[in-house]
Parts: sequence; C-alpha cells; structure tokens
Amino acid sequence: MEVRVFRGVPGGEQGEVAYDVPPVEGMVVLDAIHHIQKHLQTDLACRWNCKAAKCGSCSAEINGTPRLMCKTRIDELPEGPVTVRPLAAFPLIKDLVTDVSWNYEVNKKIPPFTAAEGDRGPWRIQEVDIDRLYEFRRCIECFLCQDVCHILRNHDMRDRFYGPRFFVRVAGLEMHPKDVLNRVEQTRAEGGLGLCNITKCCTEVCPEHIHITDNAIIPLKERNADAHWDPINFVRRKLRRDSGGGAATRGLDEEPAGGPPR
Amino acid sequence: MASETTAMGPSAGASTRPSAGPGLVARLRRDAPWWVLPATVVTSLTTFSGYALWTALLGHDRWGPYLSPFYSPEIAAGRTRASSAIFVAGAPLLFRFTCYYYRKAYYRSFLLDPPACAVRDPHRTYSGETSFPTVLNNLHRYVWWLVAIVVSFLWLDVFRAFFGTGADSGHIWLGVGTGVMLGNVVLLTAYSASCHSFRHMVGGHVDCFSCVRFGKARYQAWRGVTLLNIRHPMWAWVSMFSVWGTDIYLRMLQAGWFLDPHIRF
Ligand code: SF4
Ligand code: SF4
Ligand code: FES
Ligand code: FES
Repeated sequence: MEVRVFRGVPGGEQGEVAYDVPPVEGMVVLDAIHHIQKHLQTDLACRWNCKAAKCGSCSAEINGTPRLMCKTRIDELPEGPVTVRPLAAFPLIKDLVTDVSWNYEVNKKIPPFTAAEGDRGPWRIQEVDIDRLYEFRRCIECFLCQDVCHILRNHDMRDRFYGPRFFVRVAGLEMHPKDVLNRVEQTRAEGGLGLCNITKCCTEVCPEHIHITDNAIIPLKERNADAHWDPINFVRRKLRRDSGGGAATRGLDEEPAGGPPR
Repeated sequence: MASETTAMGPSAGASTRPSAGPGLVARLRRDAPWWVLPATVVTSLTTFSGYALWTALLGHDRWGPYLSPFYSPEIAAGRTRASSAIFVAGAPLLFRFTCYYYRKAYYRSFLLDPPACAVRDPHRTYSGETSFPTVLNNLHRYVWWLVAIVVSFLWLDVFRAFFGTGADSGHIWLGVGTGVMLGNVVLLTAYSASCHSFRHMVGGHVDCFSCVRFGKARYQAWRGVTLLNIRHPMWAWVSMFSVWGTDIYLRMLQAGWFLDPHIRF
C-alpha cells in the first residue's frame, strides 16, 4: 500500500514522499504513520496522543479532506495511494505538525462563563435548560473545522474571524441558563459572525458530529438578527430599559466574575 | 522497505505566516467527485427558476376545483393570471432565496464560495454576509411571516378543492388532483415549519425554559421544530419539486391529456 506523506519545514524543501506500508486489517492512517516512523523514517514528525479520537491531536488532511488520522480506516478510503498532509490553514512546523496556537489566542478573547452577581450555586438545573449544551461540550478541539473553513483557509481572515470552533463555544455559553453575559455583539463585531456564509464545511468534517452550523452558528446569527435587524425587539428592549426592567446582563467591558475557564 | 522521494521541490514559501502553510499551493480532494453536487444544484435551481418565470408569464386558469400553487392566493382578481403569479411568486421566491439552506446551496454552487469543502474558492476578496445584498438575508424571519400567509391560502385551496367552489360547492371531490394539492401543501408546511428562523422564534432564543412563562410548551414546540429542522434540506427540495409537480399536473389536465380520476359525492 502506498502512503504519500508530506515532509518539510518552513523555508526548506517541501513535498510528498511515498512509502510502502504493509496493509493490516482494521488499520487506521495513524497506524501507517507509526509504521513509517518505526521502520522507514524515524524523524517523521507527527502529533498524536490518545489514538481514540478523543484528544484532537492527530488532525491532518487525508486525501485532501481534513480528518483525524486515528479515526480514518484505510479500508474506507478509495483505492490508490493514501495522501497525508498537514492542516493547510495553519503555519507549518515540520512534516505533519502545524502551529495551531492562534486558536488558543482566540479562545482567550471569549469571556468565560459568568453567573449573576452573588449567584454562586450549587444549582439545580432542569434538563430542558441544559440538553442543547451537551453537544457543544463534545468538542475535542481538533481544529479540523477551523482548517476547512474557507474564511481561514483561503482568505486568511484570522484578524477578524474567530472560526467555527469558537462559535460553538460562544453558543454554549450564550445558551447556558445561568450565564448572564452577552457575547453576541462581540462575536459579530470582532468574531466575524457575518462572514460565515453557512456553507457547512465545518459541520461536514467535525469528528464529534457537532451540528456546528445548524445548532451554533445559525442560532447565533438569529440572536444577532434579534439585536440588529428586528425593530419589534428594538422597541421592546427600549421600553423595558426605559421602565428600568432590563435583564440582568453584564456588559462586555465589565470584568467577568470567574467561573470555569471553558 | 526503503522510502522513495517524490515530488520534493522548493518550499512554498519561507514565511511562517499561515497563508504560507503547506497545501495552499495546490490541492484537490481525491475522495469524491466534489463537483457533482454543485452541478446538480445549479441545474435544478436554474431549471426551476426558468419554469417559475415561464409559468408566471404564461398564466393559466383553474381546472375544476383545482388551483396551481403558482397562482394562489388569487390576489389579482380581474387581471390576468400571469399578473397574479408575478405578485404571489415574490414571497416564496424571497423565502427560498434567504433560506439558510438555499444560501448554502447557492454560495457553494453558483458563487463557488467555496465550491466544495477543502476545495479552494477562486475569489480574491471575501465579505460573506456582511455587505449588500447578502446582509439582507438577516431579514429572513420577516419573509417567513409572508410565506405563512401564502401557505394558509394553499390550505384554503385544498379545502376548496375538496368541498368545491361556486356551483360545485356542497359536494365532496376526491381526486388525484386533491391528493397532489394536499401533498404539496403538507410538504410546504413542513418546509416552512422546519425553518431555522421559526425554530429561533418558537424557543431557540430562550436560554432558560424553566424560568419563562409557558416554558414547557415553548420547549416542546422548539423540540418539535428541531425534529423537522434536522431534515430541512430535504423539505426544501421536495417542497420545491412538489410545487413544480402540482403545476405540471394541472397543466396536463388543462391540456386535456387525461381526466383527473376522482370520486364526487
Ligand atoms: S459554515 Fe461558516 S464557519 Fe463553517 S466552514 Fe462554512 S463559512 Fe466557515
Ligand atoms: S467543533 Fe468539531 S471539528 Fe471543531 S474543533 Fe470541536 S470537535 Fe473539532
Ligand atoms: S490521537 Fe487523539 S484524536 Fe487522534
Ligand atoms: S431556513 Fe430555510 S426556510 Fe428558513
């Protein structure tokens, strides 16, 4: 079986190298990479950790599609050589390893979970209020969605676009029954929510099958429409504010009161 | 087995900027013919739009108790059917144009933004839905209300097809045409009830169902719409073809190709 692996460092020679790997039943792409590392190319760089599709480290582009190497069975791929390349949207470090640290910088910009002043719990939360959020908590931060999103991948707009993984995070916080912050305006103005054209590539590649577009991005776009495109809501908000009955929502400029970091 | 070096060449760029990352040089997905879906979408939507325009300009009359969905509601009474179709086509067309699913379909297939996942889009600049005219897609929720009115009229048309109109009223008419019209309005109802904006309106905007008035009912409504919403693309397509099919069926009846098999009692 031929496995073509991208090799190279920034500024140095780059290209695909073909390796002959003996196929084994049930083999995943990461097994092939391990075989190459052990027997054929001991200095091949690759990031991995759990081999169970849970740590999100082994993201790569297999036959041109962003996938987890440990979750991609060779026998599911079409006949012919298997191509393994690093994530295209992030800077190369070496071979299959890219620098995804930009994502952690974005993460820091999102105000963490913040309960109302003085409301420290413990809380009894109804299932109906929380069941939407389980899905978002499945994220393993593999950044495959970030990699496939054409806004980052092709247009390199990371100075004004957070990317789908962080829309998932914002949606999870916004829909939390105990969170009192409003991050929608920040997500629109700074996170580039309007840049997303809901073409669903993030959803297609998510190994955790999170419905990123339908359940996180579109609901955020609708909340943004509530704020900016809905005159009825505008009047309602105005009346409520004038009568002093505004919701207990803290502004983004206020210091968050703490809470879990993600 | 020794490794064999192929395709090694000069670096794509010495920069560590993300845009100089590997793979931006040239890449094509090999796992599937990615162009099949965009090509199908372009063909279907173009043909449907052409047909809708043709049928709107051509116009036709009722056949017995039946009325084509293209001509309902009959708001242009006294004018030609063509003008009626042009008036009423606006809401459903805007609805589909601003629908989140169709947006995905035309951004990908017509605007190639991107043509498929991990396939490079050909545009140098990009503004997504932040500039005119695509920013107006934020108004989808209002078009939903217009379409809700149109769909209510389509239900009325089915009711009138069952129970007759004018001189024919007082009888029950069960024909293939009534079945076709009923199927069409059911599919259109499913399409509009599975809408993302409607999902937001019925409960998606609520953060704490147990803290608001009628929270349980709103949660149930939101769950119901969510179940329909999972299949929203399917409802979008089948309802488009059912509108098309209903009009073609009535047109064939009008042309006298066959008689509508029916029972009248
Ligand atoms: S749906 Fe939006 S966020 Fe997801 S890949 Fe497409 S453009 Fe990017
Ligand atoms: S949302 Fe899915 S694809 Fe994106 S980082 Fe999380 S698990 Fe990975
Ligand atoms: S090695 Fe952990 S996700 Fe693949
Ligand atoms: S989202 Fe498709 S009709 Fe509203």
